[in-house]
Parts: sequence; structure tokens; C-alpha cells
Amino acid sequence: MWDVIRGSEVGMNSNKSVELVRMANDKRRCRVLVLMIILTLVLSLVSLCLGRYSLSLEDIIRILLSPIFPIERTWTDIMENVVLKVRLPRMIAALLVGAALSLSGATYQGIFKNPLVSPDLLGVSSGSCVGAALAILMGLGHIGIQLFALAFGLVAVFIATAIPKLMRNSSSLMLVLSGVIVSGFMISTIGLLKYIADPETQLAAITYWQLGSISSVKAEDVIAVFPAMFVAMIILIVIRWRINIISLGENEASLLGTNIKAIRGCAIICSTVLTGCAVCISGTVGWVGLIIPHMCRMIVGPDNSKVMPISVFVGASFMLVVDTLARTVTAAEVPLSVITGFIGAPLFAWLLFKQRMKLR
Amino acid sequence: MNVLMKVKNAGFSYLDGHEVFGNVNFTIEEGQIFSIIGPNGAGKSTLLNCITNLLQLNTGEIFIDGKLIKELDRKTIAKNIGYVPQTHNATYGYSVRDFVVMGRAPYISIYRMPSNEDFVKTNAAIESMGIAHLADRPYTDISGGERQQAMIARAIVQEPKIIIMDEPTSALDFGNQLKTIRMIKDLSKRGFAIIMTTHNPDHAIMLEDTVGVLDRSGHLTVGLSKDAITEEMLSSVYQIDVKIEHVEKVGRNVCIAKL
Repeated sequence: MWDVIRGSEVGMNSNKSVELVRMANDKRRCRVLVLMIILTLVLSLVSLCLGRYSLSLEDIIRILLSPIFPIERTWTDIMENVVLKVRLPRMIAALLVGAALSLSGATYQGIFKNPLVSPDLLGVSSGSCVGAALAILMGLGHIGIQLFALAFGLVAVFIATAIPKLMRNSSSLMLVLSGVIVSGFMISTIGLLKYIADPETQLAAITYWQLGSISSVKAEDVIAVFPAMFVAMIILIVIRWRINIISLGENEASLLGTNIKAIRGCAIICSTVLTGCAVCISGTVGWVGLIIPHMCRMIVGPDNSKVMPISVFVGASFMLVVDTLARTVTAAEVPLSVITGFIGAPLFAWLLFKQRMKLR
Repeated sequence: MNVLMKVKNAGFSYLDGHEVFGNVNFTIEEGQIFSIIGPNGAGKSTLLNCITNLLQLNTGEIFIDGKLIKELDRKTIAKNIGYVPQTHNATYGYSVRDFVVMGRAPYISIYRMPSNEDFVKTNAAIESMGIAHLADRPYTDISGGERQQAMIARAIVQEPKIIIMDEPTSALDFGNQLKTIRMIKDLSKRGFAIIMTTHNPDHAIMLEDTVGVLDRSGHLTVGLSKDAITEEMLSSVYQIDVKIEHVEKVGRNVCIAKL
């Protein structure tokens, strides 16, 4: 097989079969993506049914379609309120948070060529949390909270990537440790903010929010962050193939004609926007950004042009399930991070075992 | 012959002022094989990094196709120069095909994905390297030699005029080293110019083209390998006693060092 530049007659045959394999691959990828979209839709409908006030699937569909189509009104005002004002915003919030955290996790893992990073492990989530908490204490509105969350997220990712550079050590471990340093610092800062916060009103809010929750999400909160999230997601999906190239390392990406600074900068800003916005909706939710990209790689292989679109839907579905559990398993709300931790930690251990990941 | 690359009075120093090499001159023409030999730490890799514009010269100029390299963007450089790294530590196990198709990057606009045409070229390059049976295997699962073939296939789909290889033989066993030499000759017949570094002067002899000898003082002596590789030169560069003998059985000169 080392005898190179073989005759083309051998080539033609296997070239064709190679092409077939590729087409089969593409088909499979397409199928997986369609499957995930359908799964997300089904889960969304089911999630709308579930809750203390149980509703039938038929009612849900009728209520959802009623603003668009003239449908005979067979439901009560309470039912409509529960679906449109309470569950729907919450469902959309859960989908958005899950999609945002998984996509930004997949992006961070690609551009830092490190499968062990995620928005929470890099400290971006807690950084955004500090920014948002600060904005709340200062009495700023939606825009202010978003901007603060984004700015502090960027500061966190900047510090987390600067530390390995200063140490001249680009190993996976160094970046993870650096993330530990940054998130440790940011968590202490949140502690400080809680200490300053008004115990009557702000403290409980910040604490609950730090553990992650979308129980009190309002339609306005979701609408406020939606445009930024949407744009960031689209940009990342559009440049997804370049993430593969960047994951080869700085020099190689340059030698393949890539403007690495521009693309990496763009990818970092977009994924930090996503994390910041997710934090604005739900507070810090751990694990999602780490495990969902791993799961997606197990399904479709490591190619980011496949992993990134799929992680949007797998992440959204996962978060939806988690949030539905959070509001249905007990009478009181369970914080999201509690559930993602209980599911995520063992799942990650299993994924590590399955992949037998070689870490440097 | 078409001059593809011209290096004029090139010099590079570290920030502390220590000069790695100076007054380096050579030209690369279509189909030429230029082997750079020299002791460890002489600055061979630094020189390669300069001619790919990853590092910038302190003095002198490098022209690609008549244009100053420092004024070209990465995309244009990548369309002219393909690079085969010495080793590649992959984090993710992309399939060999997904890895090779990345060589098409300079031709694919930033918001697009590789087209079917790109994959056809990719398959052809994988085929020409004789690794079609590995195309769907994870790149992390194949042997060092196969990985090098994949990297060369990636350089081929990049459709550059020059392929630069950093010590292509150093990580390979005896047999694969020779096969790589044979393949480099094939690549030059296909019209690629090759610039490579090697630790083995025999390889430069076998390639029967030009050689550049980078000595410890950072001076590059350029010549045809049969003229430039002499006992005196090798002995002084490597600071060992080297003899060159013509061996009839293999039909070429061989370098032998005395312990």
C-alpha cells in the first residue's frame, strides 16, 4: 500500500465506492439531523402537556394553532394562560439555553482543541453570572444585564486563555486548570456580591439563579436575548467547517490559508454571546456544554460540520427534558444544575470510558 | 524554468539578537527538489517557518511568484505553498477524508463547506497516496507512515506549486523512509517543487537534485547534491569523520561516518 501513485484503473473503481460511502455518510448525517429536529418538536409538545395542570395533546395543539387559524374555542382561559403565558415561554427558554450552551461548548472544544472545556469549565458561565449579578445590583435593565453578562464572559474567556500563554504551556490540562482558576475567582466574586446584596430581595434571587432556573422566566426576558442568540448561532453554524481547521492548531490552520485570528475571534465572541445570553435567561447551568458535544460526536463522529448543527437540537432536547423534570418531579422547583449534575456527571464518566479518550 | 520562490539575503534573529541564519540565498523552480541538511539546532525549521511567512525575516526578502511574501495574505500563500508537518498531534479523530479535504480550505469561501468537487479531488489525492482503504478510518487510529501519507494527500489537494516537508523521513522506519524518498521524486515529476529538511545526507544524494547545507554559523551553502555533499563539508558540519564511497551495488554515493 505504500507503493504510491498507482495506475488509475485501480483508482476508478474504489474512487466510485469511496464516493458512495461518502454519500451514505451524508445521508446518515441528514437523517440524524432530521431525527433530532423531530425529537425536539415531539418533546416540546409533550413538555407543554406535563405539569401540575395536566393538558391533553389535542388541547395543546389547538391552543397553539388558534392565533393563526380560526379554531373553535374548546378550552378555558386558564388553559390558554397556562400554555401561552407560562409553559410556552418557559419551553422556549429551555430550548434556547440548551441549544446555546451545547453549541458554545462544541465551539470552545473545537477552537481550543480541547475536548475538556465548556462554558462552565472555562469560567465563562460564572463570569457572565458575575456580570449579570452586578448589573442587577446596579439596577440596570435587560440590555444592561446582557451587555454586562457578555463583557464579563469575554473577560473570563480572555483570562482563561491568557494563563496558559503566560505559562507557555498549551496542554489540555493547563487550559482546564486555568478555567478552574477563573471560575473559582468568579464564584468568589458572586459570593461577595451575595454578601453585599439586600437579603430581603436580591440575595434569594441571586442564589436561586446561580443554581440555574427558568421558573420565573418571562416572555420579555426571552425576547430580549433572542436576537443576539439567533445571530450568534447562525454565524457559528455558517463557519462550522472552519472550526475543524482551527482545531488542527494555530500554525497548521494558517498554512491552510486560514485567517486564524479573525475566525477564532469571531467564534469566541459568538459562543460567549451565547453563554452570556443563556446565563441571562437561566443563570449558570453546568454540564450541558460539556457533555452534549461529546454525545453528538459519538453519534455523528468528530467532524464539527456535523457535530455543531446536531448539538443545537440535542442540547435543546436535553435541556427541555431537564427543565420539565425540574418542574414536575416535586411540588417545589428543583434547580436545573442539580439535575444536570446528577445526569451529567455519571454520563460524562461513561462517555470518557466509551471514548477511551487519550488526553495530553 | 519557472522561478516559483526566490529567497534573497534572508536573515533571522531571535528577539535577544542571537542570529539563527543570515545571508541565505536560493531559488526554487518548478519540479525542483531542494533538500536542506544541517545539524540539530542550526535553524532548519526556523528557515521553513520563514519561507511560509509564519515567522518574519529580520533582513532580506522572499518572493513567491515574483511577489513579496510579506505582502501576501495567508490564502494566497496557501495556494502557492503546501506544508507537511513533521508530526501531527491530533486532538479529534477526523476521518482521513475529512482531514484531507481541509487542504481545500484556501479555495472554499469562509461561509461554505467543501463541495462535491472538493471531495472528488480529495478522493483522487487519497487514491494517489494509496490510502483509499483508510479514507473512513479515524485519522488518530492509523500508523505514523499512513498519517504522513494523509498529510501529503492534504498538501496535494491544496494544489500548491511548492510542497514543504519538515523532516518527512525522521519518524519513519528504514523501509518507509525509502518509500517516502521515492514518493518525493514522484511528486516532483507531477510538477510540484519540494523543499524538505532531512537529517540524512544519503536522502539528499538519492533525490539527485539541489541541496542546501545550513551550518552552525547560520550560513546556507547551496549546490547540486553531487557537488555540494563532500566529505570535508559533512565532516565540518556534523563535526564527525564522514567518508563518502561510491557503492556499485546501489549505484550511488553513500555517506558513512567513522565512530
